[in-house]
Amino acid sequence: MGGRTSNYVATTRWGKWLDERLPIGRVVKNQFIDYPTPRNLNYLWTFGGILSLILVGQIVTGVILAMHYQPSATGAFDSIEHIRRDVNYGWMIRNFHSVGASMFFFAVYVHIFRGFYYGSYKAPREVLWILGVLIMLLMMATAFMGYTLPWGQMSFWGVTVITNLFSALDTIINGLGTAIVEWLWGGYAVSGVTLNRFFSLHYLLPFVLTGVVVLHIWALHVVGQNNPTGLDLKEADDCIPMHPYATSKDAVGIFAFLLLYAWFVFFVPDYLGHADNYVEANPLVTPPHIVPEWYFLPFYAILRAFTSSFLGIPLGQYAKLCGVVAMFSAVVVIAFAPWLDTSRIRSAKYRPIFKWFFWFFLFTCVALGYLGSKPAEGVYVVASQIFTVCYFLFFLVAMPIVGIIETPRRLPRSISESVLGKGGGGLPSGAAAAPDVR
Amino acid sequence: MKQRISLALLFALSAVLAITSVSAEESSHPEIERQKWSFSGFGGQFDTAQLQRGFQVYQNVCSNCHGLKRLAFRNLVQPGGPEFPEAAVKALAKSWPNQITDGPNDEGKMFERPPLLSDPIRGPYHNDQEARAAQNGALPPDLSLMARARNVERNPSWWIHPFLMIGDIAHAYQEGGADYIYALLNGFSDPPADFKLTDGKSYNKVFAGHQISMPPPLSDGAVPYSDGTPPTVENYSRDVVAFLSWAADPSLDTRKRIGWQVVLYLIVTTGLLYLGKRRIWAGIKH
Repeated sequence: MGGRTSNYVATTRWGKWLDERLPIGRVVKNQFIDYPTPRNLNYLWTFGGILSLILVGQIVTGVILAMHYQPSATGAFDSIEHIRRDVNYGWMIRNFHSVGASMFFFAVYVHIFRGFYYGSYKAPREVLWILGVLIMLLMMATAFMGYTLPWGQMSFWGVTVITNLFSALDTIINGLGTAIVEWLWGGYAVSGVTLNRFFSLHYLLPFVLTGVVVLHIWALHVVGQNNPTGLDLKEADDCIPMHPYATSKDAVGIFAFLLLYAWFVFFVPDYLGHADNYVEANPLVTPPHIVPEWYFLPFYAILRAFTSSFLGIPLGQYAKLCGVVAMFSAVVVIAFAPWLDTSRIRSAKYRPIFKWFFWFFLFTCVALGYLGSKPAEGVYVVASQIFTVCYFLFFLVAMPIVGIIETPRRLPRSISESVLGKGGGGLPSGAAAAPDVR
Repeated sequence: MKQRISLALLFALSAVLAITSVSAEESSHPEIERQKWSFSGFGGQFDTAQLQRGFQVYQNVCSNCHGLKRLAFRNLVQPGGPEFPEAAVKALAKSWPNQITDGPNDEGKMFERPPLLSDPIRGPYHNDQEARAAQNGALPPDLSLMARARNVERNPSWWIHPFLMIGDIAHAYQEGGADYIYALLNGFSDPPADFKLTDGKSYNKVFAGHQISMPPPLSDGAVPYSDGTPPTVENYSRDVVAFLSWAADPSLDTRKRIGWQVVLYLIVTTGLLYLGKRRIWAGIKH
């Protein structure tokens, strides 16, 4: 859709002058007003807009919080309390930011699972998908460092546990892991120095993330949106212009989502956090259970599934390393989905077997999340190990094999056939979605 | 159709499981019950009279060991709190036993002075070391955030977990800390016969490990109430927990009031946007 002829006409002299120098109006008109969107998009497709809005919201609230926050081991906890108690509406801005992180992950997980269900990762959207995985990685890094900043007990011990993971590299090259950990900490233990650099990076990464989001949207506008049938846009009747159709639907989705967001901000702001983070960080007292924020729990469960043995296989000194590798692989493997899935059919609507695997995969992720919140002992460890295997089997076995053995349901010839119930026309793909075609 | 039926069955089954395991859970954790608080749920607000009584309990009992350093005397005057008259709080600050270290003065010396409205409500100890020395090695924690820094652990069966979570979120349940402190204050008793209690510790069924350095702080009649509320341990603990909940979250009243305005606005706007969207899409099959 990138190279379509434009029907933008500058109407004023100033508009013409600008159009010849920086055609920003042309880009907006072509990409965000006339841009052809599939007519059958459901509300799951509003999450892209929701995510963009949350990103902007997090940056705005974050910049304001940074005006009142002190990134030091002695001042951090007090300055958060200062924001909660003394800054005008500081409690509200702080709640919007801390709950915002959870909402961001909730929305991004919906967005990703939507991609899995409707096959949005398949050609020609591989680059779009990989950029998405990159965004998720950046989000995770940003959220992790952000959770350090209140400098409560869970902040401190969360950082201690997670940064210590790199010391697992010692089992490959002696001293390498320790060197990396000390370099990350800026000392021999987690301290105010660590907090200070994490604050710096927490302020930086969202802007890097924004850059990747721009690429993500660019890539989206080159290949076009996927849709619930997973079919390419073939006929003029398949699409409708973005404005006012997709935009009006996005607006409903965004406001409905804001309702959920506001509920948390105003009525249960601490529900998703941990009570221990209202206790100031104390290097001498370890909390009984160290748990990350809910959005990291599935990955945390995978990490902890590798105890001295894994489903009977002894791991010995490599247990920690295996856990770390598995945890990072769990994210990285998502980027390979476009090549792991062998089916030509995108949407699970027409994939009777894959559909079940999809729902089981969703269940696996939720189960891992639950297990991540439990102490690593007894039956929880065994269950974590089983679900970790299930997680990877989905990508490495189910995706390639189901695509080969499955007989897909009959596909409609086009989106318009599936929606309007008529035979397809003969317009070439990428035909303009001018409003007059309806 | 078959799918719908199986979905409905699944829901019915989970509902049954939910109900049975909630009742099972209650019997296995009898010690920490959820209390009714005036400030709980999405409509709750603090009860000013209760906060005033709660402060009285703090002043007469807790403040002998515990500080409240994130609260200033001026906070006792502000709306949404105990709302004592300013003159009374000024007098209170002046006579507060724990003075503020200030200085250096013109001669370069530090000095002690009574707190002003803008000063924090300090406990009796200048630092943790002094507190430990006076308290047999135990450290009485600052109480400013206690109601937020504690929670009630629940261990429901895995299938019930999501339902309880959704229930708590829908009810806007955030009073785990209050419930815990209330249970702790009422959880003192003689140890069971087979329990070996360390010297100088008290038995408490709620506290982790059941041995707490704090002796039972409240006793019936210890604090005189002037508004006719019966002076019982039960009432003292309820009132002081309400006060500590306010201390940990002084913006609660405003937060929930604004919250309702925001939620109502969003409901109306979402509804209008939805109607607008339907109108726009009226001629479009999708």
